[in-house]
Amino acid sequence: MTTQTVGLGVDSAYEAVIGLEVHAQLLTRSKMFCSCSAAYTNAPANGNCCPVCLGMPGVLPVMNRQAVEMTVRTALALDCEIPAFTKFDRKNYFYPDLPKGYQISQYDLPMSLRGHLDFTVNEERARCGITRVHLEEDTGTMHHAGDVLQEATSSLVDLNRSGVPLMEIVSEPDLRSADAAREYLVRLRQLLMYIGVNDGNLEQGSLRCDANVSVRKFGVSELGTKVEVKNMNSFRAVHRAIDFEIARQVAVLEQGGALLQETRGWVETRAATVSQRSKEMAHDYRYFPEPDLPPLQLGRELVERIRSELPELPEARAARLAEQYGLSTYDAALLTASREDADAYEELVDAGVSAKVAANWQMGDVAALANQHHRSLVDSGVGVVGLATLLRLLEDGTINGPTAKELLAELYEHGGDAALLVRERGLGQVSDRAALTVIVDEVIAANAQACEDFRGGKAQALGRLVGQVMKAAGGRAEPALVNSLLRERLSA
Amino acid sequence: MSCAGATAAEMAASLRAGQTTPRQLLDHARAQLSRLDGRLNAFLAHTDDLADRQCERAAGMLADDPAGAGPLCGIPIALKDVLCLAGYPTTAGSRILEDFRPPYTATAVQRLLDAGAVPVGKTNCDEFAMGSSTENSAFGAVGNPWDVERVPGGSSGGSAAAVASGMVPISYGTDTGGSIRQPAALTGVVGFKPTYGRVSRYGLIAFASSLDQIGPFAQTVEDAAVAYVAVAGHDPRDSTSVPDPVDDPVSALQLGVDGIRLGIPREYMGAGLEPGVRDRVSEAIAVLEGLGASIEEVSLPSTDLGLSTYYIIAPAECSSNLARYDGVRFGRRVERPSLTETLLRTRGEGFGPEVERRVMLGTYALSSGYYDAYYRRAQKVRTLIAREFDSVFERVDALVCPTSPKVAFTMGTIQDPLEMYLNDALTIPVNLAGLPGISLPCGLSRELPVGLQVIAPRLRDARVFQVARAYEQATQWHALRAPMVASA
Ligand SMILES: [Zn+2]
Repeated sequence: MTTQTVGLGVDSAYEAVIGLEVHAQLLTRSKMFCSCSAAYTNAPANGNCCPVCLGMPGVLPVMNRQAVEMTVRTALALDCEIPAFTKFDRKNYFYPDLPKGYQISQYDLPMSLRGHLDFTVNEERARCGITRVHLEEDTGTMHHAGDVLQEATSSLVDLNRSGVPLMEIVSEPDLRSADAAREYLVRLRQLLMYIGVNDGNLEQGSLRCDANVSVRKFGVSELGTKVEVKNMNSFRAVHRAIDFEIARQVAVLEQGGALLQETRGWVETRAATVSQRSKEMAHDYRYFPEPDLPPLQLGRELVERIRSELPELPEARAARLAEQYGLSTYDAALLTASREDADAYEELVDAGVSAKVAANWQMGDVAALANQHHRSLVDSGVGVVGLATLLRLLEDGTINGPTAKELLAELYEHGGDAALLVRERGLGQVSDRAALTVIVDEVIAANAQACEDFRGGKAQALGRLVGQVMKAAGGRAEPALVNSLLRERLSA
Repeated sequence: MSCAGATAAEMAASLRAGQTTPRQLLDHARAQLSRLDGRLNAFLAHTDDLADRQCERAAGMLADDPAGAGPLCGIPIALKDVLCLAGYPTTAGSRILEDFRPPYTATAVQRLLDAGAVPVGKTNCDEFAMGSSTENSAFGAVGNPWDVERVPGGSSGGSAAAVASGMVPISYGTDTGGSIRQPAALTGVVGFKPTYGRVSRYGLIAFASSLDQIGPFAQTVEDAAVAYVAVAGHDPRDSTSVPDPVDDPVSALQLGVDGIRLGIPREYMGAGLEPGVRDRVSEAIAVLEGLGASIEEVSLPSTDLGLSTYYIIAPAECSSNLARYDGVRFGRRVERPSLTETLLRTRGEGFGPEVERRVMLGTYALSSGYYDAYYRRAQKVRTLIAREFDSVFERVDALVCPTSPKVAFTMGTIQDPLEMYLNDALTIPVNLAGLPGISLPCGLSRELPVGLQVIAPRLRDARVFQVARAYEQATQWHALRAPMVASA
């Protein structure tokens, strides 16, 4: 990829080197090592725990196969290699939200290695290497009376989240700007949601992103001092924090200073990163192989089965839709933003709606209604099948565009049967030539000036006349027919 | 029948002959316990109401189907206090778990309850099973029934003493580096450590996860076999549990050793053996030869590395396994103004010196910069030790050797931890390789019991019983009881 220097200005002497570590909670039924639910958010505090995820004495972990398969699925979607042999390790540190005093994670033999993710940033194609995708368990959560643990007068521990399967996706330091980092994250999130392994909620932390940021002079091949940036819980925060950090590092170097290898947290209210922990204070995690879990042999058969079950991925699907339905690249990307949207689009087309009409309505009125009601098409009153019915009525001329628009808004909110409503309310469009000719003649008679203007070459005058006819016909006249009738009568 | 010192097989026969009842057996166990435990300190807790309930249950099972009821139905047993029993104190011999009552029962214990066994209580042990003398218990040392001034071995000293003193015919312990076999040897009873993965570790308070195994103590090889079968077999809750079906050790008991090839590992008969131990084991080998076994000296050259390897791997695992005792969710908590101080004081006051030593050793061995030199190298040596056993087992069917280099020593006389660790030099390699091993009485040295160890290949647990039973049948050592058993 070409070097992006958005955060620096194109004439900067420095380039940024960025790698992202993304943690994604897996959408498994149960936690990683016990049968507690992985959907922990609705339980009362410490109401979604058992002796295993509480780390009580003598209990043992049992691997969740679904979590393993979802990690493999993700790794395959990112074109990673899946080694035949993988193992789990203990990452040891004390913290009240870590019940066993260690996290079961993967250290030197992760479940997958060496993949990549392609994306477009500032209209250029880019590729970011994936170092590894591995599986670990989430910790509990803490609520401090005070901002930080060290200053808290008391802290409450909630272990509902403890043991939820967590996948870590580590990128290569291939990203060169905040724009690129954000776009990588957008595409990664889309991919994870596409393959059904994560719900993509950055705000609630089911998807978390840390960034390793360093800067160096152009032409220098060694990496600069790396700073880990944490606590970014939106795309916007990721972008702002990385931009800030790049500028901060350049400023320190420009003033002749030296950078510290440290962990910094993004503080939204101060719009700045703030030092959290220096390298000297870094944990020694004392990783060693988890003796309670035998190493895992991922058979080729299993890997190939999971590969064969992968859905069509967003980039490939967008390319296919563009090709198959003659959509623009932009429209195809928009229609495949989520798997649900893309599925809906193809269902509409399969149900007989033309590719163009389906695309226009889905990207236009449907997207607006989804926004307005915070309900996706699938969850709306009209649903995909209802929308198909409505659009077919439009395309076969039973109703006109304005009627379709009104009906859609009503059905989206309240549901109902489009065909039935059209019949009951007599909303079918008037395509009766004789009846419309009567109205057209009346309008011509009553609008002498407009007719004069049109005959005099003012084309826009026709629009006024069409509007008058539509109004007189109760909005149900077929627009194309009205148009041609008016031209016919005016040139007579 | 005379109950004190009766075997489980004798009790089971009496129950079916209508000569006794589970209630009477329990009463006898309690009588012996209350007569002797003031001197021995073998028990940390009595599970009276559970024992009463199990008595009723066993009586019902025996009445319904005397043939179908298992061999442990109605038999009093004792459980090392690292085995979780729902609703009852489970301390692991540690202050930090002084008031801990787990809400779950270990799989092995549940199998015993389902078989109608009658647990009379939880037995004393070295804190978190770390020790070779049971002097490291936070709740006082345990006396050896042969001489209460001496240690019963450890860490399962309470379980060994409970059987050796005739309180119960069967008890359960755990063996991480010899913690069943060594106390069995020092108290003159049979102690069996199964192949790693044969008995579920679910509900066993971990010391070193890759080494820990639950196993039985008994007065005879037959009782030990029956007691092992009752707890063996796959458990989906322990991912290291072996799915293969269990070889039947009970039917192997009658096979004898005619034609069996026995190896005598040279390194196990070397310096450091007490002369009496060497003599008794040599006599035992001669007995086995007389029974038709072929005897061959073999070599396990890395044996002397076993101890140092073990004292890296076991503490490394223990430093991690014991991290959960932070006072946040269960167990003892010493409140201090800050989290760090609370953590330090909780653990500082909760753990005894040997546990602290091993946690520190293990933390060090896993630390960045030391991992390769210690932990990684120890894992390599562990693999080497296992391979040496493998190659020896291509030539012989089982190994015979001493269990412990010395007989029971007097309490308080070993102060140097390294000297204490030497007690397990002959049992540790078996754990490192995950093999089955048994210790059974083979006579006395200085009027104290000597243990004979039989080791077999992985998953050949039945063969251990086969060899041990052949020896036991040809000798009378198993009938020798500690003097206190019978004295009124
Ligand atoms: Zn749980």
